[in-house]
Amino acid sequence: MKARQTMLRILIPLLTLSLLAAACGDDEAEPDPEPAPEATASSDATEPEPTEPEPAELTPVTLQLQWFTQAQFAGYYAARDLGFYNDVGLDVTILEGGLDIVPASVLDTGAADFAVSWVPRGLVPREEGANITNIAQVFQRSATLQVSFADSGINSVSDLAGRTVGNWGFGNEFELLAGLRKNGLDPQSDVTLVQQNFDMLALISGDIDAAQAMTYNEYAQVLETVNPDTGELYQPEDLSIIDWNDEGTAMLQDALWADADRLESDADYRDAAVRFVEASIRGWAHCRDNSDPCVEVVLNNAPTLGESHQAWQINEISSLIWPSPLGAGVMDPDLWAQTVDVATSEGILAAAPDDGAYRTDIAEEALANLRDQGINVIGSGFEPVVVELREGGE
Amino acid sequence: MGLNRLRGSLRAVIVFSLFVVLLMAGYTGYKAFGQSVDDAQTDWAVIGSILPRTDDLTMPSVFEIISGIFAEPRGINEAFGSIVVREAAFTLREAAVGFAVGVIVGLSIAIVLSSSRLLERALVPHVIASQTIPLIAIAPIVVIWGRKNLDFLPWEWHDWMSVSLIATYLTFFPVAINGLRGLHSPSAEALELMDSYAARRGQTLWRLRLPASLPYLFSAFKIAATASVVGAIVGEISAGVTGGLGRRILLEAQRYTTGPERLYVAVLFAAALGIFVFLTISLVEYSLVRRKGTEAVL
Repeated sequence: MKARQTMLRILIPLLTLSLLAAACGDDEAEPDPEPAPEATASSDATEPEPTEPEPAELTPVTLQLQWFTQAQFAGYYAARDLGFYNDVGLDVTILEGGLDIVPASVLDTGAADFAVSWVPRGLVPREEGANITNIAQVFQRSATLQVSFADSGINSVSDLAGRTVGNWGFGNEFELLAGLRKNGLDPQSDVTLVQQNFDMLALISGDIDAAQAMTYNEYAQVLETVNPDTGELYQPEDLSIIDWNDEGTAMLQDALWADADRLESDADYRDAAVRFVEASIRGWAHCRDNSDPCVEVVLNNAPTLGESHQAWQINEISSLIWPSPLGAGVMDPDLWAQTVDVATSEGILAAAPDDGAYRTDIAEEALANLRDQGINVIGSGFEPVVVELREGGE
Repeated sequence: MGLNRLRGSLRAVIVFSLFVVLLMAGYTGYKAFGQSVDDAQTDWAVIGSILPRTDDLTMPSVFEIISGIFAEPRGINEAFGSIVVREAAFTLREAAVGFAVGVIVGLSIAIVLSSSRLLERALVPHVIASQTIPLIAIAPIVVIWGRKNLDFLPWEWHDWMSVSLIATYLTFFPVAINGLRGLHSPSAEALELMDSYAARRGQTLWRLRLPASLPYLFSAFKIAATASVVGAIVGEISAGVTGGLGRRILLEAQRYTTGPERLYVAVLFAAALGIFVFLTISLVEYSLVRRKGTEAVL
């Protein structure tokens, strides 16, 4: 009898304890995925129409991002929080990415309706059998740079010869590899390639001579760091950059992808896709014209991010999208061909993808609707502004 | 007795505080040493190549790390430390559910396998093989599968529950293996005594085998509890679940250059969470198993 009591005395409190801990976490730790609609509306004075009362029937739609909340995805958050998706009858849930989440695979399994993915990272799963298609090429340019200090003497790709060159690996290195080959350098023997962390510590510490960086993230991180020699923040003139757009090896990045089979078989899904692209581009146009309120939207969704860093990021992202000569979201066939060229010559893809890998009809329908509403979908007058970064990106 | 116990725990607190102070002193001392070497312009290659660099980016000072806890991120009236504590509570919930499920699963496996040598021989290798699959390989699969396939449940399935399942994957193993060992631990005489009472199998299990396995189980619980925290953090990072320490660590690692102290704070809080769950299990063990000694079940 005693033994039984002992067992119960031990097992019951132990299980209660862990359940209790579970319950404790419950009330406070649940992150608020959507800020209250009225809070967003009031914090955004420039938005002319307050969000209308929701129509009864909204189509639920999920969007898988490639990374977590930051201004890189501001257009989608703005479209959700400012009611643009509701206006077209959609209720959009945004799923953040993770280290091992491949948006194209999530889309292919049906766990998301649409996904944001770089073009090569969409095409590889597609070649392996995921039947997905690019329905809107949002970013018209690549944001990948190779950054070094100006006094290192690296001013062109050929100057990388004999240097230690950082890159992130995991499929982020192909613009660099293609750029090296194009300039007659063998990536295996002429440079020392090393895998680099997400941060820019290796460059600043001098471990590597050139670091991979995105215009909207890591490049800005260097400019938010104090230069020990001057006691001031690093300045753009302290750095020398290689831009793969200029070198001709840039690959297309953020695009919206959809399930190709469902687009054919399910008329409602295709209709939702048009509306989704329409409201998303409207979100991006809004962020182009109202960058500060858009930073606000991003910070509402991720309060611990730095404000000036996100302001910088949204400005850089807008420069990747605008101007879009063919209209935002419509694929530029030349850039597509260049992306495919690099992908096949670097062995990322075994063969060029077939015609179904991207389509422009959905984006064009969406743009026609936006033009009817008087929204500028080309952004010809767009000029990036100069964002002042503060220490730590605060 | 009570006074001794009080003294014992007081001593534990003092020793722990002393350890923390020593750690801080060692950290600061190494940093100061490294910087003085740097300042003297000597070419001492060990620091910065084999040993870590000592500059403020690589090793923010103890003062900076502590002020990082109290600093308020721009635009929020909340200290960074308090945000991280909330995130730690989120991770603790994932870990606790994962631990509870892991204990139930592990114990069930141990009981089933202990009932037959044949089963044990056939299945233990599979239990071991399950642990050779890297967590980061299964984490995204579990989360995507959970989002898509578990909508028939009476409650809404959240991503954090998938992370709990990932933690379960780490926690059931030590419980199953140690539990199995514990269930086999009663001596032949004790088992024969139960036989002589004509005790049924269930009675032997409940009155002899399970109580006898408690010391083994508690060792396993301690391993499992810390593993559940690790599993929850790794699961969050890998599968992109928002709200917990894993996401915090990933975010701060990505922007390390612009705020190294924040990553230090996040990692220290993760360590504190691990210590917390370990202590909780030890406390339960201390207050319950210790008394059992007089009952001489073993």
